Amino acid sequence: MNIHEFLASPPEDSKRTGPHDRIVLSSRVRLARNLRGMSFPGWAKKPERIKALETVRPAVESLEQMSEAFSESMDNLTALDKQILVERHLISREHAAKNAGSGLVLNREESLCVMINEEDHLRMQSLRPGLQIKEAWQAIDQIDSLVEKKLDYAFSPTLGYLTACPTNLGTGIRVSAMLHLPALVISEQINQIIQAVNKLGLAVRGLYGEGTEALGNVFQVSNQMTLGELETDIVERLNKVLAQLIEHEENGRASLLENKPKVVFNQIGRAYGILANAHSISSKETMNLLSLFRLGIDLGLFPGTARSLVDELFLITQPAHLQRNYSEKLSADERDLLRSDMLRERLRSVSRPHTVPATPTSSKLDKPTE
Amino acid sequence: MLCDICKQNVATVHLTQMVEGKTKKVDLCEACSKEKGVDDPTGFSLADLLLGLGAAQEVEQSLPSGEAKCSRCGFTHSDFKKTGRLGCAECYTTFAEGLEGLLKNMHKGTKHLGKAPAAFRQTLDLSDKLQSLQVRLDKAVSDEQFESAAQIRDEINSVKNQITELASG
Repeated sequence: MNIHEFLASPPEDSKRTGPHDRIVLSSRVRLARNLRGMSFPGWAKKPERIKALETVRPAVESLEQMSEAFSESMDNLTALDKQILVERHLISREHAAKNAGSGLVLNREESLCVMINEEDHLRMQSLRPGLQIKEAWQAIDQIDSLVEKKLDYAFSPTLGYLTACPTNLGTGIRVSAMLHLPALVISEQINQIIQAVNKLGLAVRGLYGEGTEALGNVFQVSNQMTLGELETDIVERLNKVLAQLIEHEENGRASLLENKPKVVFNQIGRAYGILANAHSISSKETMNLLSLFRLGIDLGLFPGTARSLVDELFLITQPAHLQRNYSEKLSADERDLLRSDMLRERLRSVSRPHTVPATPTSSKLDKPTE
Repeated sequence: MLCDICKQNVATVHLTQMVEGKTKKVDLCEACSKEKGVDDPTGFSLADLLLGLGAAQEVEQSLPSGEAKCSRCGFTHSDFKKTGRLGCAECYTTFAEGLEGLLKNMHKGTKHLGKAPAAFRQTLDLSDKLQSLQVRLDKAVSDEQFESAAQIRDEINSVKNQITELASG
């Protein structure tokens, strides 16, 4: 089975729901682990990397949780396959650049994904829709405890799990959530919020992680420190910060509607106008406008339109997802034309925004519960 | 004041950030600040910048001649300077001295708290047990409780044996 057949179709994928998914798109916990007595992937020569892959891959595949998994060596995936995996947030852009000697094991539900020989021998991730970082931690902790019985981890009693980069040393944990924060961007509070979050030792990044832009008003919040703190404390701290961010974004939406309704309606109306009528549109512009469309749905401006439509469009308008419907290689300009055709078609059944929402039921505060 | 990154131009951008009560400072020239995205606050975290920057410097400063080399994998400190990554798990021992300050800046602490592989957890538990037995033994000896001291000594030996067994298994 190839990766295209294995992955959930975009409509299925965007119907996955979780707590607070109005704002929290997804939660993720990843653990970095390495094998004792072998060089880290970035320093190992090819034969040693292959040996590490051949040690790790069967150990991961043999887990019960991976019984119907997709398991492949990176050199057997095409550039398009890898880009699709990046757009689904299943592998990092760094891992997409790997070939022979690196691998991927992804479970049937797409909730567990192990990258082999990325920067570390193992990068095990647990993924959940919405705000579920505690659940994600429990799931990956369990996987790690099973894998440690099969593999000899590089571990020091004082420094913890030893990782290629000292920034991951100790617990090797990276807890993160992807948030849609359009109101904080429109009301220009976002920079202040990012600074406040940074002060708590947490990082705020763009859509595809390290060094990427916050396209579509999507931000990734994650812990930065991994040594000298318990995993559960890190998870707890991030949970608290995420609860506050959700509250800020909800308050921001409410106060925009109350104080600057014209600013909001103008932006959402224009976004709808362009998405539904353009004849050429880049993927970047699409993401930024879809973010406003999503906000419009959340605010009750598009009654009868499900949020999953935006989430699906967000996925299928990205370059690799668009390309995979065509056999010949498309240029960026051709993609822009086809993207706009697709958007016009899909938005035909969506009526213009109701700028005076009758009952803004969905604008009631979505307060997180502990 | 020269730029912390290129060490050639005059630093005109000065950044200070408090992370968990620790003050971190960095001085950059205009070109480097642009390159590092410092003018774009959304994509920028001082910690990211400092990690890449401080890492190489501190290791360089703390290694005598810069010739330290990992005996297992051949990784040198200039490789670390280039990549910001280490070569293998052994490198943490080889470069321990240079890494200490770096880890202190980077993390909440320098001692691992949190999960350990089951095998290590047993060893850790046993060495805790060993320590408390040793304390009891010392006390028994100074109190001239020789009978219980003999008992404690037997227990210590059995714990020591268990540790050796774990280490060899």
